[in-house]
Amino acid sequence: MIPDIGHLMNRIDRCFRDLRAVRGKALIPFITAGDPDLPTTRELAWAFGEAGADLLELGVPFSDPLADGTTIQRASQRALENGVTLKGVIGLVEQIRARSPIPIVLMSYINPILRMGAHEFATRAGNAGVDGIIVPDLPPEEAQQLQGHCTAAQVHTIFLAAPTSTEGRLRRIAEVSQGYIYYVALKGVTGARESVQFGLEASLARLRRLTDKPIAVGFGISTAAQVSQVAALADGVIVGSAIVDRIEQRGRGPGLVEDVAAFVRALKQATG
Amino acid sequence: MSWPLPDREGHFGRYGGRYVPETLMAPLEDLERAYREAEQDPAFQAELTYYLERYAGRPTPLYFARRLTEKFGGPKVYLKREDLCHTGAHKINNTLGQVLLARRMGKTRVIAETGAGQHGVATATAAALFGLECRVYMGTEDMRRQALNVFRMRLLGAEVTPVEAGSRTLKDAINEAMRDWVTNVDRTHYVLGSALGAHPFPLMVRNFQSVIGREARAQILEAEGRLPDVLLACVGGGSNAIGLFHPFIEDAGVRMIGVEAGGLGIESGKHAARFAAGEPGVLHGTLSYVLQDGDGQIQTTHSVSAGLDYPGVGPEHTYLMEIGRAAYVWVTDEEALQGFRLLAALEGIIPALECAHAIAYASRVASEIARDGILLINLSGRGDKDVDLVSQILSEAAQQEGIRASARG
Repeated sequence: MIPDIGHLMNRIDRCFRDLRAVRGKALIPFITAGDPDLPTTRELAWAFGEAGADLLELGVPFSDPLADGTTIQRASQRALENGVTLKGVIGLVEQIRARSPIPIVLMSYINPILRMGAHEFATRAGNAGVDGIIVPDLPPEEAQQLQGHCTAAQVHTIFLAAPTSTEGRLRRIAEVSQGYIYYVALKGVTGARESVQFGLEASLARLRRLTDKPIAVGFGISTAAQVSQVAALADGVIVGSAIVDRIEQRGRGPGLVEDVAAFVRALKQATG
Repeated sequence: MSWPLPDREGHFGRYGGRYVPETLMAPLEDLERAYREAEQDPAFQAELTYYLERYAGRPTPLYFARRLTEKFGGPKVYLKREDLCHTGAHKINNTLGQVLLARRMGKTRVIAETGAGQHGVATATAAALFGLECRVYMGTEDMRRQALNVFRMRLLGAEVTPVEAGSRTLKDAINEAMRDWVTNVDRTHYVLGSALGAHPFPLMVRNFQSVIGREARAQILEAEGRLPDVLLACVGGGSNAIGLFHPFIEDAGVRMIGVEAGGLGIESGKHAARFAAGEPGVLHGTLSYVLQDGDGQIQTTHSVSAGLDYPGVGPEHTYLMEIGRAAYVWVTDEEALQGFRLLAALEGIIPALECAHAIAYASRVASEIARDGILLINLSGRGDKDVDLVSQILSEAAQQEGIRASARG
């Protein structure tokens, strides 16, 4: 009898394995940690898990988020004004983890990580229950040291692939990315767009030929209709700015968590 | 020249590299390839030289500043007159090179960031010359300080896009330019204005600016029959400094000193002295020294000079500092203003506030140099753009002085 080693797997791997078994697709909401404040982020994380989100991407605020559009820039700014730090976000993950097994991926620019120290970051993140990291300004060329420390702490390093990536680059990204590959759906920064990028199907097919690792698609996906369109092509769909927009509109007002969780539930339904 | 840096991946020691979103990686590889081809192509070099000479006015003079020398009572002071370049600063050396390269790569649109406005003007100028569409990002704080340059860019046909984010200065303008580039990369070349950012920019900008040091080296040998004892240049991102220093790197007897903006003083926290108060970190695609807080957030900076008001610095400078080949010092806003007035009064040259920092430091370092020694300063730009601002500052200072005087009286 083959023992089930699922409990030893990284939560991200287990999540995609289980989804594949039922031909399901992952809905991956992104929110900026500490927007509008850390306790609300914790409530949102729990509520997203209950609403059917498969993974959670938590943005670490940074002063100069050059891959982000205005929505996430403003969210970062609000979080920084609340005094949110990388240390604080790792502490938040520990709190979320106390009550939820949802796989958690931190999305941070490289500088806060370097400032903490790659080794210390990996250790703290692993201990807190972080399952993966995405560093939008860290291509594979510069990532070896950080990925080494993260691997030792059982934290996956997820790399981005883009429409401009050459065949050679896609091959390397597919090889080194752990957990899943984050396919950037368009040339540009994060933020809602009216329609999904033309040619996504061909781009994903190109990447599929190189790897059987899960592929999640993000950037510019904001509506249930777009989610269902992309879910037909990919293993996971990432929705960020559209959720962050809702958080911005509701602010700290009553009903924020319920309202945003209902939106996430609708997006999850659109994946299948 | 056998200086082997940067390495193939754009590193100077551990500094430099490429820390950018994946979308920009292949375009940076393309840019590097195109640049290396152009560098080896005699036709490209001939065309660049043609425009540098006939259009930008190169070579610029190396001028012996007699009265400044007498005032210091010491080493002979020479000024490399980049302020005499077309558009009034060294920036045109780089923008002509990059715009020619953009055209060669088939790009129809260029974008740029600007702090003091000099790089924006130089990019708009080169774009006008070759008929490319041009957009310049500029922080609103800098637009206020450098209104004349905003008008010049618009006259030259560029679209100037105000940037409201963050400290509304150079750093924020670069963020916005990078967001534009990542969105429009197919037809757009980003004309980065300093020797920073992701590889190959630090290499490419250095090489385009090295014309300053090559000329200066030949000119001082002709004038004095020997090399200078000390080179001085202001350092914002560091393009005029690296352009002057680079051809002298292997001349071990030549001291190289970069002057940063000390703003209101290091203790005040309002400055842009990366080497005095920064730590290694990544900003705008490169690993270098960065002013940041304990959590890795980039700090806002202050300088009277918009061109030095930036929390990062080119990676090659960090490497030169680390191996001890160059030293980096700072002077305050107030000292820079004294340097600004000193050069105007003694030599009839109004310097840009940026290189007024180097003039100010010259008065300090002169006493350390032998009386018959040579001090060569890069006068990277002219000060017309700063005249309004300086007149405002001086009249405010005079009013303050008046208030104090009447309080005393």
